[in-house]
Amino acid sequence: MNTQQQEARERVIFKNVSKTYHGDHGSVKVVEDVSFNLAEGEFVSLIGPSGCGKTTMLQMLAGFVTPDTGSITLDGAAIKGPGSDRGVIFQEYGVFPWLTVQKNIEFGLSLSCNKRLGSNSKEIVSHYLKLMHLNGFENAYPKHLSGGMRQRLALARAYAVNPNILLMDEPFGALDAQTRLALQLQLMEVLTEEQKTVLLITHSVEEAIFLSNRILIISARPSQILRVVDVPFPYPRTPELTATPEFQKLRLELEELSMQQYAKQQELAAEEQ
Amino acid sequence: MSMLAGIASFSTLGAVWGVIWWLNLFDRGLLPAPWEVLNVLTVQMTEKELWLDILLSARRVVVGVFCGLAIALPVGFILGWYKSVRAFIDPVINFFRALPPIALIPLVIVYFGIGELARLSVLIYAAFFSSVIVIYEGIKMIPPIYIRVSKALGATDFEIFKRIVVPAALPHVLTAFRVSTGVCWTTLVAAELVAAERGLGAVIVNGQNFFQVPVIFVGIIMIGAVAVIMDQLLRYATAHLLTWQESI
Repeated sequence: MNTQQQEARERVIFKNVSKTYHGDHGSVKVVEDVSFNLAEGEFVSLIGPSGCGKTTMLQMLAGFVTPDTGSITLDGAAIKGPGSDRGVIFQEYGVFPWLTVQKNIEFGLSLSCNKRLGSNSKEIVSHYLKLMHLNGFENAYPKHLSGGMRQRLALARAYAVNPNILLMDEPFGALDAQTRLALQLQLMEVLTEEQKTVLLITHSVEEAIFLSNRILIISARPSQILRVVDVPFPYPRTPELTATPEFQKLRLELEELSMQQYAKQQELAAEEQ
Repeated sequence: MSMLAGIASFSTLGAVWGVIWWLNLFDRGLLPAPWEVLNVLTVQMTEKELWLDILLSARRVVVGVFCGLAIALPVGFILGWYKSVRAFIDPVINFFRALPPIALIPLVIVYFGIGELARLSVLIYAAFFSSVIVIYEGIKMIPPIYIRVSKALGATDFEIFKRIVVPAALPHVLTAFRVSTGVCWTTLVAAELVAAERGLGAVIVNGQNFFQVPVIFVGIIMIGAVAVIMDQLLRYATAHLLTWQESI
């Protein structure tokens, strides 16, 4: 999260990536000729209408979906499948209900591929318990946690295996405004402590400006990069930033741009009905 | 609380039965009084070794359920996990599931004779077909998000099976356990029609043969009672094993 990165190392490279889904009712082209890079330590957000294909872009980087054409590389190597070098945070949390809070955080550490971290898993777990304000709930099952706590638990579980790339698909979408702000601040706190490269999908222009170095405005389907916006505000950022005229001006500008795409996507959806 | 409710509901049932008998709504030769049945029950217990019948029947049910489940677990897993296999096998399973076990008894006698194996095979059949569907529906319903999360954390296929599929399927396996135990008790009489000398089904058949209506009642009540007790034990074990589950 450093704005003055000169010649930062490019870690992720999307090059002319396209993807079409073939269903029972014909084919849908969801991503078309998308190219962009993620540099070391950079925080990039994708903003675009629902169903436009941005989740597919993230899933391709996560390794759950393979592109039809083009290539996605991580540190020069093509993505072959999911792996613990990329932490994925899903909108539906996906915390394991049969494990306690502590065991959920430990889960990744106990897998054979993360053995080298496993030896000090106790310390790692207690570190993230504290960082995510979950201490005192070590032995609670997820059913006793609120939505915000479940999402913090999902974050802690993803952080624990120490991925240096985080892929977040509307991670705070289902939360109320206060919880959302608290988690955004916590995320910033974590990122200042441990440098990570982040790709975030969000519907909230405000969230994107507040957190990112760079914002990619994604078009209605098929996904194309409509505009790339560099966010000029230096880190660390505080909630007061959102009240400044500069922030508001940028927000209005981007909101107008993204609203046009939302309208286009709605027309598309209406045509398909 | 539920214990008290159970006692209350069965006491009421007994009272209603008593009143019907007292009002003489049915021929008293066909509907014995509750205390008459209780008398016969004590006599059967002390003089006719009714406990042995209970034990034998319970053992048959337990063996039937365990063998049926042992086959249903791998089959259910494969059917739940592999969509193509399911599409291929599902119609056949539904065909056999629709057959009442009693319809198979003549065939069972031809194949296995009239020994214990014949009786057990009917119970295993019933346990398998009632549980396999619960298990495979359960496996099918495991939320894909859990699999994706664990893959993103680097889990291997075996780790996903052991640490996600098994615990996520456990509630359904326990349900299958309960369902097949219930089905086995309802199938028991049919199974014991196959020339069983002892067992609760045999008690009922003997009662019929000698026209001892109270004996038939004793057999019926014992089957229901033991089935309810077994189900309560399983329910208790389920609650104990699934403390993490959200109550619905």
